[in-house]
Amino acid sequence: MSDYLVQFNNISKFFGKVIALKDVTMRLKKGEIMCLLGDNGAGKSTLIKTLAGVHKPDEGEIIFEDNKIVFDSPKDALDIGIGTVYQDLALVPLMSVTRNFFMGREPQKGIPFLKTFDVETANRIAADRMGQIGIDVRDPSQAVGTMSGGERQCLAISRAIYFGAKVLVLDEPTSALGVHQASMVLKYIVKAASEGLAVILITHNVHHAYPVGNSFTVLNRGKSMGTFQKKDISREKLLSMMAGGEELDKLEVELQEMDRIHNKN
Amino acid sequence: MSLKSKSISSKSSLNEDERLKKISPLRVLLNRPELGALGGSILVFIFFGIVAGDTGMFSAYGMLNFLDVSANLGIIAIAAAMLMIGGEFDLSIGSMIGFAGICIAIPAIYWGWPLWMSIVFAFAMAVLVGYFNGIMVVKTGLPSFIVTLAMLFILRGLTLAITRLITGRTQVPGLRVLIEDDPLAWLFATDTFKWLFNWLGSLKLIELRTDGTPLATGIPPSVIWFIALTLFATWILMKTRYGNWIFASGGDKVGATNVGVPVGRVKISLFIGTAVASTIFACIQVLDAGSADTMRGTLKELEAIAAAVVGGCLLTGGYGSAIGAAFGAIIFGTVSMGIFYTDVDTDWFKVFLGAMMLIAVVFNNYIRKKVTESK
Repeated sequence: MSDYLVQFNNISKFFGKVIALKDVTMRLKKGEIMCLLGDNGAGKSTLIKTLAGVHKPDEGEIIFEDNKIVFDSPKDALDIGIGTVYQDLALVPLMSVTRNFFMGREPQKGIPFLKTFDVETANRIAADRMGQIGIDVRDPSQAVGTMSGGERQCLAISRAIYFGAKVLVLDEPTSALGVHQASMVLKYIVKAASEGLAVILITHNVHHAYPVGNSFTVLNRGKSMGTFQKKDISREKLLSMMAGGEELDKLEVELQEMDRIHNKN
Repeated sequence: MSLKSKSISSKSSLNEDERLKKISPLRVLLNRPELGALGGSILVFIFFGIVAGDTGMFSAYGMLNFLDVSANLGIIAIAAAMLMIGGEFDLSIGSMIGFAGICIAIPAIYWGWPLWMSIVFAFAMAVLVGYFNGIMVVKTGLPSFIVTLAMLFILRGLTLAITRLITGRTQVPGLRVLIEDDPLAWLFATDTFKWLFNWLGSLKLIELRTDGTPLATGIPPSVIWFIALTLFATWILMKTRYGNWIFASGGDKVGATNVGVPVGRVKISLFIGTAVASTIFACIQVLDAGSADTMRGTLKELEAIAAAVVGGCLLTGGYGSAIGAAFGAIIFGTVSMGIFYTDVDTDWFKVFLGAMMLIAVVFNNYIRKKVTESK
């Protein structure tokens, strides 16, 4: 048995002539937070959808707990324990916390053919789970629309964990959040990893990724630029890699040049 | 983000919890979608109580009269409301009523089928029509408004063409004699609680005919269906997994799909629901009148949607209630009948209907903002 909980080996995905992903490899251990960094258009969304079972990879293999896996649908990925939290969170603002938490997987009680949605149990579990991450839901029947952005993100993550996610794939969980809300979410992600989950954190914000990540994979134009352990790479180096470092370097040189000319005059 | 900033943030999140205020019971009530329609119904009853209190509108006979009209509308309004909560429209309700009518009448009168078989046939056709509407909307991704508008014309046209082809007319009379002893028709054609009315009549508590029998003979079948469907729909929406799926499908189709809700199946079943409700409506009316008319149900789809909207359903889906739609139907039924008891010209009814809908939409919009406003 290998050390890795899940391995995505040499994943490639083509859309017609477009090479969306080429030979992307990611391997995660339990309790590890891997940050997937990349600028807009780097192929992050395609990779997420491939991990979540929405797209089938054209090349490469997915190995989960030493078994080779082929996903035919998002449900397959969910079933083996890859829980994806999309940017839109799959929450309905008009529905209550409880109804959102159990959306699609409602607990039932009663006799066959007359089974009812066990609202009491659902309310209790939802309030309990939210309480564990420090969000006091006084009334689990309140609409999700009344919650803050960070709380909604935490609700979506908490839901994925409750329904058996072993690998959490988080799509830009902090992009729309302020500093305080973002730190609340990041704290929760660290806590989840410390309890044995593997987390793939997709972001373009190095400042959010660097403090919580154990390793970093940088994606540029559909290709992986390598995976780096935290001790091997600095925040600045990461930043320059994902922004297509050369371009920034060039810009810096140009600016220095302008500065020099300016000082001369 | 250092450790220090984390400790600060955890402190401020504590403060934030203290800032949460308790939700007042009034606010909880305001958040219920049916509140507007309930309030509206009470206002309507008070209005007619004052204006038409002594005219016989609120006698047993008068009340059954406007309840019957409300109940008929309510049967289709509840199904329309559930579909709207699921995020779709059905404009073919009215045409389906006409179509179901001839599906009962033509086999029974011209082909010699027993009445119960014709009724089963009509329901089978309804399931087919609903399934077709649903699968078209789900598979093509076209707005249900367009798909069911097409169905509105197709069904009405079919109804007319087939009826004229087979009968040479646009009406099919002669059903009344078939109702007696039919094993199924009684479900749609029997007044209930006759004993109660006879008893009340014998005590002279309700109006009597000159021969001594009560003027109101029993609760019409529409009212029983209406009450049963309201309870059934409310149970589904509030108490079952399928109900949660309806809210989720209408609230956020993509999100619901991503967490495993079978959105397509839910929507198709709701379209079947509106077609079946139209057929129940048709059964009751056709068996009551003893004849099917190709124009029966014209414009009923808009009244059903209006009642659902007044009842608190959002046009965008994901929010609403069956009880609200029921009260919406009661408002329309009461006013459409009540207006005869007042000095007001009945031409004004449509003006009221439109104004009522506008007020309801403005009110619902406000409620939705309240419900979803961030703290």
